[in-house]
Amino acid sequence: MLLGKKKIKASPDIPTGALPDIVFLLLIFFLVTTAIDTEKGLDLVLPPSKTDEIKIPKKNIANLLINAAGAVLIDGEIVEIRDIARIIKERIQDNPKLIVSIKTDRHTKYDVYIDVLDKLKKAEARKISIADPEEN
Amino acid sequence: MKLTRKNKVMSGIPTASLPDIIFMLLIFFMVATVLKQYSGLKVKLPDAELVKKIPGSKRHVVTIWIDSDNQIMCDDYKVNEIAELRNVLYQKRVDDPQIIIALKADKNSEMGIVSDVQQEMRKADALKVNYSARRGVF
Repeated sequence: MLLGKKKIKASPDIPTGALPDIVFLLLIFFLVTTAIDTEKGLDLVLPPSKTDEIKIPKKNIANLLINAAGAVLIDGEIVEIRDIARIIKERIQDNPKLIVSIKTDRHTKYDVYIDVLDKLKKAEARKISIADPEEN
Repeated sequence: MKLTRKNKVMSGIPTASLPDIIFMLLIFFMVATVLKQYSGLKVKLPDAELVKKIPGSKRHVVTIWIDSDNQIMCDDYKVNEIAELRNVLYQKRVDDPQIIIALKADKNSEMGIVSDVQQEMRKADALKVNYSARRGVF
């Protein structure tokens, strides 16, 4: 009885003709799932918690208060929101060490706060401090 | 006189290297894709003029949503008590020290809750914040 000679009839290669199609399919999947639009917004670095209170001379602070109705006060004077950038810019030119301290009411709209922050960024104010909102 | 066109230049783009090119594109998109995405809460973002892109990769971004009904969500976690936020953020900071918080607060929410969230962020030492806003035209 002769057992020898295995008959290899199936070709040993993997067919690669459909490879580009498969890769295309994967490519389309990743194209669809990728969200390219990155999130945009206003940057701010918060002060660390539990720091010792640093005494800052009063002349280096601009107090900016926003009340619940959205009115803005800079050092006791009522100002329009669109004038903030100009006023703060002038004050920073006079005193580069100026720190802008924003204080809001608990009922101030977030929209107004962002608007004011945007204006401060426009005035190139680097030192922005955020005080706790007033309770009432 | 007979005019015959001479078609000697071979027409047709060589497609032999097409799979390689597609593979390269595929690898680019695979690397660039961040599959982690959260639905979050429905918020109306405020408008701002000087919006900037969040620097760095999206992988380091932790999103906090605050909607107009004062509900808070941090990535996939629904925050019921505001004090929980500290532990959630602290854990995230331990996992990845360079996180940036994208604060997506509704434009009609009040500063009280936004400030409470900020206090929690300070306590968790997550200090880099980006107030998400749409680019508005003024």
